Amino acid sequence: MNTVAAATAPVVSPDPPAAPLGDRLRVLVDALLPAVAALVFTVLLFSAAVALAGFNALEVWGLIVMGGFGDAFAWQNTLQRAAPLILTGLAVALPAQAGRVIIGAEGALVLGGLAAAALGLVLSAHAPPLAVWLLMALAGMLVGGAWIGIVGWLREKREVNETIASLLMSFIAIALFNQMVETVLRDPASLNKPSTKPLADDYLLPAMPGLDVHWGLGLGIVVALITWAVVKLTPLGLALRVAGGNPRTALGVGLPVTWLTIGACAAGGACAGLAGAVEVAAVHGAANASLIAGYGYSGILIAFAARFSPAGVVPVAILVGGIAASGSLLQRRLGLPDASVTVLLGFAFVALIGCETLRNRNLWSKRRG
Amino acid sequence: MSQHKLILPRRRLLVGGALAGASLALPGALREALAQAPATIGVIYVGPRSDFGYNQAQAQAAAAMKKMSGLKVVEEENVPETAAVQKTMEAMINQDKAGLIFATSFGYFDPHMLKMAEKYPKVRFAHCGGMWTEGKHPKNASSYFGYIDECQYMAGIVAGYTSKSKKLGFIAAKPIPQVLRNINAFTMGARSVDPNITTRVIFTGEWSMPVKEAEAANSLIDQGVDVLTCHVDSPKVVVETAEKRGVFSSGYHASQAALAPKGYLTGAEWDWSTPYTAQIKALQSGAPQPNLLRGGLKEGYVKMSAYGPAVGDPARKKADEVKAAMLKGGFVIFKGALKDNKGNTVIAAGTTIDQFDPALEKMNYLVEGVLGSIPG
Repeated sequence: MNTVAAATAPVVSPDPPAAPLGDRLRVLVDALLPAVAALVFTVLLFSAAVALAGFNALEVWGLIVMGGFGDAFAWQNTLQRAAPLILTGLAVALPAQAGRVIIGAEGALVLGGLAAAALGLVLSAHAPPLAVWLLMALAGMLVGGAWIGIVGWLREKREVNETIASLLMSFIAIALFNQMVETVLRDPASLNKPSTKPLADDYLLPAMPGLDVHWGLGLGIVVALITWAVVKLTPLGLALRVAGGNPRTALGVGLPVTWLTIGACAAGGACAGLAGAVEVAAVHGAANASLIAGYGYSGILIAFAARFSPAGVVPVAILVGGIAASGSLLQRRLGLPDASVTVLLGFAFVALIGCETLRNRNLWSKRRG
Repeated sequence: MSQHKLILPRRRLLVGGALAGASLALPGALREALAQAPATIGVIYVGPRSDFGYNQAQAQAAAAMKKMSGLKVVEEENVPETAAVQKTMEAMINQDKAGLIFATSFGYFDPHMLKMAEKYPKVRFAHCGGMWTEGKHPKNASSYFGYIDECQYMAGIVAGYTSKSKKLGFIAAKPIPQVLRNINAFTMGARSVDPNITTRVIFTGEWSMPVKEAEAANSLIDQGVDVLTCHVDSPKVVVETAEKRGVFSSGYHASQAALAPKGYLTGAEWDWSTPYTAQIKALQSGAPQPNLLRGGLKEGYVKMSAYGPAVGDPARKKADEVKAAMLKGGFVIFKGALKDNKGNTVIAAGTTIDQFDPALEKMNYLVEGVLGSIPG
C-alpha cells in the first residue's frame, strides 16, 4: 500500500517563500502536466475508438460537451449526478490519508440510508422536518462510520487487510439491508418492490435553493472543503499524513497511529453513510433496493483520479457526473451504447493514473533536463 | 390543445403556432396531414437492451414503433432507479422534446416517474408493471402490464409432457406477487398433465445475478430436474446452462431460442407493442391518455415462443387447445379449490378468479406441487 501512501501524502515541504519564479512555475507545470497529458491521451484514444466504431468523433465530442455542460439544464443534470459521488469519493479519499485503501463504501452507504429511513419514520411523527433531517443525517453518519470503523479496527488490531475486509463487509451490509427491507422493516403495501414505509411528503428534503439538485451536492462540497482544511492545515491533518506516509516514524514520534487510522476510516464511512441518508431523504423517501446503485464503487475511481485530495474529489465528481449526463445524450442522439461513456471514463482514468506514475518517477522533469 | 405543438422542435414552434391558428379554417384532410407532425417518444431501460430478457422485450416494441410514420423514438439503456432516471426523463423532455415517455422498470414509478409527471403535466408517462390508481396518481401517468402467467401455464403444459424425471426447476429473483404468480401458473400447467410433477424453486434474491443463476441452474439439474425456467431479468445464463448440461429449458420475457437450439421448448414472451401502440395512437390523435392498460394472450400483451424441436405432438396439441380457449376468452387459471404447498386452501372450492382481478396482483403463496418456500 506504500505506493498509494506516496501518492496520498506528497512530500511535506512547502515551497520556500522566496523561491524564484522559474522554480515556482516548474512546480505548477509539474502539477498540471500529468493532467494535461492525460487529457490529450484520453481525447486521442476515445476519438480513435469512436471513429473505429463508425461515428464522427467531432460530433461525439460536441455532444459530450453539450450534454454535460452546454446549458443550464445540462449543468443541473451534471450536478445532480455528481451529488452523491462527492461524498462517496470522500469515503475513499479520507481513509487514504492514513494510507488505507477502502473499497466498501457501498455497504456503508446502504446501511446509512437504512438507518436514516428507519429513524426518519419514527421521528417524523414527533418532530419538525428540520430536526428529523439533522437526526437522519447523524444516524447515517454514525452507522456508516461505525461500519467502516470496524474495518479500520480489524486492520489495526487484527491485521486484516482493509481493502478486502471492506469489500466483504460491503457484501454483508447489502445482504443485511435486503433482509431488513424485505422482512422486519418492510411496508406491507410495497408488493412488487419491497421497501420501508415512505416518509411523508413534508419530510422529503427539498432541492437546494435556486437549483434542481439535491443537498448531497452542498453537503458534499462543504464536507470536502472542511476535510481538505483539516488534512492540509491542522496538526491533526499533519499527524494523519505522517501516520499514513510512514507509520514507523509516526510511532517513533509518539503519534496515536492506531486511532488516527481507525478515525480516518470511520470518517470515510460517515461520508458514505451521509450520502445514503441524503438519497433516502431527498430522492427515494424510503429505503429499498434502488439505493444499491453503485455510488460507493464509483467513489473509488473518483478518489483515485483526484489523487486522494479531499478538495480534488469535487471537480472529479462533477466531471464524472457530466460524462454520465453526456452519455445520456449520446445514447439518445446517436444511438451509441451506454458502454461508450464507460469506455471514455476507463480511458480517462487509465491515462490519468498512467501519467501520474510517470510523474512520480520524475520522467517529466528529467526530460526537461 | 393537442400535444403536437409541444413536441415540435423549438425553431418550428412559431410556425406551428401560426399554422395551428390557421388550421381551424382548413379542410379536414389538410388538418389531418398537419397533425401528423413527428411526435417524439422516449424509452428508458434499466439494463442493456440486448439482455435476451426483460429489457430486450421492451426494446423490441420500441424497434417496432420506429417503423410507425411520423414518430421519432429516442432510447436510453442502463438507467438506474435513482435521481438519474428523473434527469433522463427531463433530458428527453427538454433536449428531445419527447411528448410521451415509457419508463420500463418497476422501480421508476414511485417516486421518480410520479414526480416528473407532476412537474411536466403536458407530457405523458407510461410505466411498466405498476398499478395506476384513479385519484391517487396524476392523469398524465399510466401503467401497463400483461398477464404472462397465461403463457407460463402453457409453458408448464409443454414442460409437463416433455419432462421424464417429473421434476421441473424454476429460478426466481424475488418472492414478489408477479413472480409467485408465474411459478404457480407454470406448476399448475405442468400438473394438469401429470399431478405427480413437482417444481423446485430457488430464489436468487436479485433481478440480475448471473453467478447465482448459474449456480442455481446447476444445483437444480444435479437434483434431477430436466426442464428449467426462470423469472429473472435475463434468462440467458439459465437457458445456456440448461443447454450445456443437456436438459430442456423454457424461456421468459423474450425468446432465448437462439441460445439453446436443442433444448429450448417454448417460452413466455411479452408483446409490448400492443400497449405502446395504444399510447402512441392516443398521443397522436390527442385523445385522453389511457391510464391503466392490462391484458393477456387474447388482448395481445403476451405471446409464446415458437415450439422447439424437442416438443412432441401431444404437448403441442394440448397447449394449442388451451391457447385456443384462452384466445376465445373465459379460460381461468386460478380457481378453487386451490391449495398452497403448506396444505392451506387459498381459493375456496367453486370460486374462480378472473385474470383482471387485482387480487391476483397481490399473490403471496406457492401452490401445491411447488417445492420451496417464500423466504423472509
